[in-house]
Amino acid sequence: MTQPPGISLTGTHTIGDAALFSADITLPSAQWTCLLGPSGVGKSTVLRLILGLETGGVFSGEIAASDGSPLSGRISYMAQSDLLLPWLTVLDNAVIGARLRGHAPDLDRAKALLDRVGLAAHADKKPAALSGGMRQRAALVRTLMEDRPIVFLDEPFSALDAATRADMQELAADVLDNKTVLLVTHDPAEAARLAHQILVLSDAGVTRWDTPETAIPRDIQAAETVACQMRLLAHVRAAAA
Amino acid sequence: MRARDILFAVGLGLAIWQALVVLTGAPHFILPSPWRVAQAMVKSWEVILENAWVTALEVVLGLVLGTLLGAATAIQLALSKTAERLMLPILVFTQAVPVFALAPLLTLWFGYGIGSKIVMAVLIIYFPVTSAFHDGLTRVGQGYRDLSQSMGAGKYQFMRHIQIPNALPSLGTGLRLAAVYAPIGAVIGEWVGASKGLGYLMLLANGRAKIDLMFAALIVLACLTVLLHLAVGRLADYLARVAEGR
Repeated sequence: MTQPPGISLTGTHTIGDAALFSADITLPSAQWTCLLGPSGVGKSTVLRLILGLETGGVFSGEIAASDGSPLSGRISYMAQSDLLLPWLTVLDNAVIGARLRGHAPDLDRAKALLDRVGLAAHADKKPAALSGGMRQRAALVRTLMEDRPIVFLDEPFSALDAATRADMQELAADVLDNKTVLLVTHDPAEAARLAHQILVLSDAGVTRWDTPETAIPRDIQAAETVACQMRLLAHVRAAAA
Repeated sequence: MRARDILFAVGLGLAIWQALVVLTGAPHFILPSPWRVAQAMVKSWEVILENAWVTALEVVLGLVLGTLLGAATAIQLALSKTAERLMLPILVFTQAVPVFALAPLLTLWFGYGIGSKIVMAVLIIYFPVTSAFHDGLTRVGQGYRDLSQSMGAGKYQFMRHIQIPNALPSLGTGLRLAAVYAPIGAVIGEWVGASKGLGYLMLLANGRAKIDLMFAALIVLACLTVLLHLAVGRLADYLARVAEGR
């Protein structure tokens, strides 16, 4: 399996005359980076900048992949809202990327992936017939169908109930193995479970946090996971005070 | 609407009508009674049916053609910023010209047959359909736009797989409006110059002082319009259900 590229972002983002953030961020290859910070600090903007999406501001600086090739077309994206198209079945939603590029979709691969996330029996249903957790699993399959080396997740599990969220975290860690992942979250517990590297974004800049040496997804109850979560929570609360 | 409510409304209408006839004492060549009109309807059913068929054909063809043209225009406008910039002001300007005022001209150009009436209906419904559908096509959530952009979606594929299905409820709204306007266009076209159709029959009956036949034609026209309204309403509901995945 080829090694996915890492990403570096250095620069300042301004909206109007005000600087939103000034950051120096590195996403290591084939690792999970969790980006934390209070609402409005610009977490999603970092993600949108690297994706090349509209941010409503101006960025001056550099965004580059570690292998020197352009990033365009190498990142797949999953948002907090599942963004499933209500008029399509789960299977058709999973292959929408290929259809949007005018290619023939790989239905067999989509079915295999739906089976892997436990949605095989629901492939012909419309999203309205699914629960929130099932919809996010369908969205995850759509993200995987893009088969890109880099995956950006913008609070994809934040609207789920606690049990479903824990299941989804494990599933994502499993299926996104050997990909460079950026997860935007405001949940210290999620970061402590999933991250190889934690970045806390604040008005002052980016603080890098070490995580336990254990493999992800970490056991929620393991002492080092809990300790990491508690230190992170204390830091986030102190920063917000 | 339940069948019982409709029956009640029709019964109430007939009662008020009959009461007006009795109270005003108007002669039957000014305001015929419901019974007289029913008799005229039975007596002249063949000529009414023949003319109703022509009007129905004009309305349905006008509706289909106007919807196709309007939808095609809306898609073109949504695909091309240049087309939008150039054509939207023209479209709005053409709405300032009362289409009814064009009826004599259309009769001159397209003749006394159904052609001029279809064109009339098309012209009237074209703008509401274009406007409603265009609104739906351009109102796609930012999330879907971001996702499609990150997937490298092509402009035409985005239109086909996301914008058009997303705009089906808006197209339904345009169709509902069109179903109200299309019969008006066809009948006014018939009034200006025609040799067939319910509008023509009404003028003819009026000229010969057969007011009961005129009322009969009017009632059939009203029934046709209600049927069209119901059918298009069902179609619009269906389009909305498809878009919502129900």
